[in-house]
Amino acid sequence: MNGVLRSSVLVLVVGCLGASAIDGFDFPDAETAARYQRLITEFRCPKCLNESIASSGAPIAVDLRRTVRRLMEEGAADEAIRDHLQTRYGDFVLYDPPFKPSTWFLWFSPVLLALVAVYVVVRVARRRTVSAPSDAERERARRLIEAS
Amino acid sequence: MTRIKLYLPVGVFGVLAVVLFLGFTLRDPNLLPSALIGKPFPAFDLPVLGAAGERAGREGLLGEVRLVNVWATWCPTCLAEHGELMRIGAETGLSIIGINYKDDPQLAVEWLRQHGDPYDFNVVDDAGDLGVDLGVYGAPETFLVDAGGVIRYKRVGDVNPVVWRDEIAPTLAGLAGWQKVEAVLGDER
Amino acid sequence: MIVELGHFATVLGLATAFGLAAVGYLSATNAAWRGTVTSLASAQLVLVALGFAALLNAFLTSDFSVLYVVENSNTALPWYYKLSAAWGGHEGSFLLWTLMLAVWTWAVAVLGRRLPGEIHGRVLGTLGLLNAGFLLFLLSVSSPFERLVGGPVEGADLNPLLQDFGQIVHPPMLYLGYVGFAVAFAFAVAALLAGRLDAAWARWTRPWANVAWAFLTVGIALGSWWAYYELGWGGWWFWDPVENASFMPWLAGTALVHSLAVTEKRGAFKSWTVFLAIAAFSLSLLGAFIVRSGVLTSVHAFAVDPERGLFIFWLLVLAIGGALTLYALRAPVIRARTQYWGLSRELLLLVNNVVLVLALAVVLLYTLYPLAYEAATGGEKTSYGPPYYNRMFVPLTLVLAAFLCLAPVARWRRTPMTLFRNTGIMFGAAGALGVLLPLMIGGAVDIGAMLAVGLGLWIAMTHAADVARRRRALTRSYLGMVFAHVGFAVALVGVGVTTAFSHELDVRVNVGESVELNDVVYVFNGVEQVQGPNYTAERLKFVTDTGATLHPEKRLYPARNQVMTEAGIAPGLLGDLYITPGERLPDGSWGVRINDKPFVRWVWLGALLMALGGVLAITDRRYRRLADRDAVSAPSHRGDRRQPQAATA
Repeated sequence: MNGVLRSSVLVLVVGCLGASAIDGFDFPDAETAARYQRLITEFRCPKCLNESIASSGAPIAVDLRRTVRRLMEEGAADEAIRDHLQTRYGDFVLYDPPFKPSTWFLWFSPVLLALVAVYVVVRVARRRTVSAPSDAERERARRLIEAS
Repeated sequence: MTRIKLYLPVGVFGVLAVVLFLGFTLRDPNLLPSALIGKPFPAFDLPVLGAAGERAGREGLLGEVRLVNVWATWCPTCLAEHGELMRIGAETGLSIIGINYKDDPQLAVEWLRQHGDPYDFNVVDDAGDLGVDLGVYGAPETFLVDAGGVIRYKRVGDVNPVVWRDEIAPTLAGLAGWQKVEAVLGDER
Repeated sequence: MIVELGHFATVLGLATAFGLAAVGYLSATNAAWRGTVTSLASAQLVLVALGFAALLNAFLTSDFSVLYVVENSNTALPWYYKLSAAWGGHEGSFLLWTLMLAVWTWAVAVLGRRLPGEIHGRVLGTLGLLNAGFLLFLLSVSSPFERLVGGPVEGADLNPLLQDFGQIVHPPMLYLGYVGFAVAFAFAVAALLAGRLDAAWARWTRPWANVAWAFLTVGIALGSWWAYYELGWGGWWFWDPVENASFMPWLAGTALVHSLAVTEKRGAFKSWTVFLAIAAFSLSLLGAFIVRSGVLTSVHAFAVDPERGLFIFWLLVLAIGGALTLYALRAPVIRARTQYWGLSRELLLLVNNVVLVLALAVVLLYTLYPLAYEAATGGEKTSYGPPYYNRMFVPLTLVLAAFLCLAPVARWRRTPMTLFRNTGIMFGAAGALGVLLPLMIGGAVDIGAMLAVGLGLWIAMTHAADVARRRRALTRSYLGMVFAHVGFAVALVGVGVTTAFSHELDVRVNVGESVELNDVVYVFNGVEQVQGPNYTAERLKFVTDTGATLHPEKRLYPARNQVMTEAGIAPGLLGDLYITPGERLPDGSWGVRINDKPFVRWVWLGALLMALGGVLAITDRRYRRLADRDAVSAPSHRGDRRQPQAATA
């Protein structure tokens, strides 16, 4: 029984990958097609997490792609399309959610860490250079360099 | 001081382990929160299942608290929760509306005949457009909509007695316009 | 019967692993036990290999009385996929993991037999203890040997996505890398226990770290290549948690390989290097937890079982927590007395380590933040994707690349500024070409591509110039460095160009029609039915005006009733043409997606060069002298003024 359950879980996941995600829509011109292509990579498929609706074969991804195309035909701007999906599926569909409290950490932590990193490099580098080499040391160093 | 720094990795790992443990034991990573709680139920205009030519819209939901259930015949979990929906409909008198999602209407009618029909009526969402407006990403999903047509609660997955007792009935109890609360909660207690 | 024998052998392997742990630590202080340690390591390898052989046999003979075989195999599979199906699921792949660890353990026992006993015994004891934990996990909650009473006549089949050459070679390579870091981990633990952390320790550890790193590099590259051609959307990296799980140990391992150089040659960075040795394997374990527990959603994760996740979690806490506690208690705090000035090699390696660890921290934080956020808010979700990762990762990569240009020129202690003169000239040349070449390749201005190509060229030039200057004084370890660095440059160029100048088009085509994308005309020549060994397919044929032929396929695997798309690819060093089939539409036309991927092969080619460099470096003569006990105190570098050996316990 356990085994049967396990396999069924696998099959569910597999429904996402490797399935077809191409609708063959016609677009009036190459720019519109490119815009569509770009837009559909911006949204996460709510069923197959970690796949964009561009690559997901899940039925819901098909619906969402169709929705994006419909909104484009209705003349919606990119921002309006993002809003449309976000109000329905939440932030979860956005691959690039806006700067706001729940994403603050993601913006600040790397910057903070980078500052620490710079501090470490500078401190270690300076600690090593405080004592200037003696003349004997310099002479020795020069010989070493020439020898190498 | 320097010695203390060497404790940093084990400290960081401790925090990490706690996060992993909490994350692992507490959450279901596949569950999405609904963005629609507290928002009005979206407008729609769809055919009514089994009634040729008839259509229903958002107005059809207003004036009463409703349980809106998204279901399909191709969805095994929908069959699994069907008994509970039947019980809720029969015992509490709560109005249940069905959204027959991406399904064959004929199969759906036959399915209801076979397994019983707890729904006041069903609308046919063949293309899944209402589904998209509701943020549906799989069936079954169930919404509790108040008399003003505002979504109060959403359940992804099956409605079962535990979900009814712990989630739906208490939410229901807080809704104006729902008269039979005491009776419902009394039953469950 | 054979399966039961295999099961029994694996149980004995578990007992042997425990024995190895005990005898290993004993032998560290009592030389009488040393011979036994090596025998136990060999016995463990033989026993676990027997277990694995029994599983392979069950797959080859399609023994459907074994649950794991039922779940992952099918009689219609070609024999090579029957074999690789053995590691197509959680249980078998974990048995492979323990087998790999047994292989590494045996290799250390034999190749390191002339190591001092206090190190040799503790290294093997630690490895034995680790494998005991893994085997216990395998046998208790994920046994691949479980029988199925009244088994079916046919198996569920291997997931068609995994029926592929890439999946035959990718997991073994990846695991060799993951598990290989256990050796560096064990050396670190042994050194801390023995209180013997010196340049010799670094020299012993370095080859093992290098080889593990090389395997992991190849493993990751193969995984990326597989995803590229098999998943059908032309992407090669998606910052998926499972990808990150392999990338984090790689970043730590890369830092380790460099930090070991400083510890070996200059006796500096000791505590830091030991920390990295612990971190690399710890991150491998974290990766295993992520992949096998279902704690994060991923497109690649194994089927989930909470019991298993909890078991790995406690293994993780014991192994990592134990090692890091030991580190806190025993790592030396003595500040190394080495000195260096300005842009010395020490400083560059310091920058390298800081940037790599920073990148690692970003990936780790980003991978786990959804968990932390949810735990902290009581169930609120957060979500973000590749744009977030890229924003932080791209600048770090560019900083790394910029400093890498100076690597071949820099000397230990201090670098005479005159040496940088040529580097400056090359900077000008590479900069000019970096602006021009992307313009020629892509026909558009793209800052990312210009930076990638410019820096890539600069790295290649400075390394080539230094090779030319040294001519005969080329050691293998030096050449290894050059290969690895040039490999990085090649990958950098590949990533930059393919990201900037790829094209994509979803279209509907009828037989006989043609489509144009980026000046290439694709003619749809027709569809034919193809019968594969265990599938039927519709094979589309596209011919381009550049003379390439592409065969995208739509396959039906009846065993799972699963439809798979197989991309048609015309590979080339300067770019791939790539077509994924969609649906046949009611009017008989086909929806297809056409991709044009310039320089995408350079990404994996670069990774292979890096791995080659890692392996080349350890064939250096000085590691072959590893065996000589007195090599410990002999200077390994001409003119190297090592600080006095740290007191050994």
